[in-house]
Amino acid sequence: MKKGTLKQILLITDGCSNKGEDPSAVAALAAQQGIIVNVIGVLEDNQREDSAGLQEVEEIAMSGEGVSQIVYQKALSQTVQTVTKQAMTQTLQGVVNQELMQILGPNQSLEELPPEQRGEVMEVVEDLGETCDLEVLVLVDTSASMHNKLPTVQEALVDLSVSMNARIGRNRFAIFSFPGKRKDINKVSDWAPKLDSLSSIFPKLSSGGVTPTGPALKEAMYQFGKKSLRRSFMREDEPNIEETGN
Amino acid sequence: MNQTSKKQGISLKPGSIVDGKWHHNRYYIIKQLGRGAIGSVYLCESNGKKAALKISDKGSSVTMEVNVLKTFQKVQGKPLGPSLLDVDDWIDSLGNRYSFYIMEYLKGKEVSTFIKQHGEEWLGILVIQLLEDLGRLHREGWVFGDLKTDNLIVTYPPARLKWIDVGGTTQIGRSIKEYTEFFDRGYWGMGSRRAEPSYDLFALAMVMIHYYHPIQFTRGKVPKKTLMTKLQATPQLKKYHQCIRNALLGQYNSSEQMRDDLSAMMMKQNDQVRSHQSNTSKIKNPQIKRKDHQSQNKKKEIVHPVFESLGICAVVILFYVFYLILI
Ligand SMILES: Nc1ncnc2c1ncn2[C@@H]1O[C@H](COP(=O)(O)OP(=O)(O)O)[C@@H](O)[C@H]1O
Repeated sequence: MKKGTLKQILLITDGCSNKGEDPSAVAALAAQQGIIVNVIGVLEDNQREDSAGLQEVEEIAMSGEGVSQIVYQKALSQTVQTVTKQAMTQTLQGVVNQELMQILGPNQSLEELPPEQRGEVMEVVEDLGETCDLEVLVLVDTSASMHNKLPTVQEALVDLSVSMNARIGRNRFAIFSFPGKRKDINKVSDWAPKLDSLSSIFPKLSSGGVTPTGPALKEAMYQFGKKSLRRSFMREDEPNIEETGN
Repeated sequence: MNQTSKKQGISLKPGSIVDGKWHHNRYYIIKQLGRGAIGSVYLCESNGKKAALKISDKGSSVTMEVNVLKTFQKVQGKPLGPSLLDVDDWIDSLGNRYSFYIMEYLKGKEVSTFIKQHGEEWLGILVIQLLEDLGRLHREGWVFGDLKTDNLIVTYPPARLKWIDVGGTTQIGRSIKEYTEFFDRGYWGMGSRRAEPSYDLFALAMVMIHYYHPIQFTRGKVPKKTLMTKLQATPQLKKYHQCIRNALLGQYNSSEQMRDDLSAMMMKQNDQVRSHQSNTSKIKNPQIKRKDHQSQNKKKEIVHPVFESLGICAVVILFYVFYLILI
């Protein structure tokens, strides 16, 4: 039985984009192609949580149909994996909701079901989350201000791989950083089933203070392979859901 | 589908009324009991009975917890976890939808408060009790997952350690749903996050360590070493040392193994403590016993140590039998 693959971009940044196209627009495009965009905003220890610079974080995730969270470095590890899992559940729930609407009519979403039936549907969502394949492209902002946070980011990513690899489904991770030297993004580690501490060394920081988040996201989108675009879990693989449910 | 912007969570004032949309039960909020990642827990009243109400705007998380509680209700014997009384939705006056469930209200104390009041010897006993429940849970095919001091409560009398918050409870073989770094073997680089009995046993060992290190320490450069050094440097845990170590290293495959080891150590320890005390002065570990009991102990020490330890064994066994009957 073939199962679908969930595709996610996880953007980790600490500030606003200031070059190129609007990252929210790119995120919306990615979501269109079946790639969810999650965003984590990392705060300086002395920065306030409602800091204006990080407002973009939420906007990008919303357009990218993903999840966002703003955190201090200390909480990064736990957040990275919560965000990833939450986004998976959210996507799968969306898929199941669409199914429900097809069966039960346009106004029947999960919330409209009585609690008893909702439980059964959630079990299906949980099963899918455990067994589906997952591809996560991590896109890390390595502009100057992120420099001191990179060791924590690295730790958090290894931790993410530990969490995800406890699942039954398969995983693939890739890490890219931006801005790249000549290109918009820079490959840190290629697609691999697992991340370990040696595999990802972030490049020396790039100076100049540009943060081309939009172009970087767009480039990241292409890393999922041209042919796999548009053939995501959400759209073509729907019929699988009933089979996987029991 | 975008739940990105919902950040506030819910906050209900005492006296508020929560009306079930589907089952039409009414709950009067008495006070807040706690607040967590998923939602808030309130003490409430309905038809003159008190209960705990957990409410959240994250409908799917509530549903997942309810699913776990439901499977627990089907297990024979003593209930695993609080019993589930109702599940429903509530629409507030602004039209916001919340999901909630009602469970048995467990009136009790935090582990640390209880042990501080009743004596340190309770730590081992409470842990043994929990191992009993964990064993049953594991046999049913589940792992508790997010086992930590905050998710434990001591109800009494009779004193019993119970778990609350089944948000992390995961079927064996799957990935742990929810965990807390300090108690998570993955964080310490000492095992996977796949749900297996040894995952809970690691966390339980951390609960014991946590009691003596209420301010959680971080893993440092070599996590395993950090942890082992901390354990070595905690004299109060010396008597459980071997057992904690085995649990941390994943050497117990079942709760029973850990329980047997722990009870053996406790009985041995009691022998030693008593004979030690009768020979030399008690000044050496003054903090271990409660003061009011100490004066009574002095009188008893005239009894031959062998009889005394036999007596203790008998009491432990009695306690055990009593406990088995209760199940
Ligand atoms: N059945 C219960 N009886 C009494 N107190 C409870 C009960 N359930 C939860 N609590 C209290 O509420 C707090 C938060 O509940 P919890 O389920 O841990 O929330 P979360 O999953 O969001 O962290 C607990 O730490 C505990 O103090």
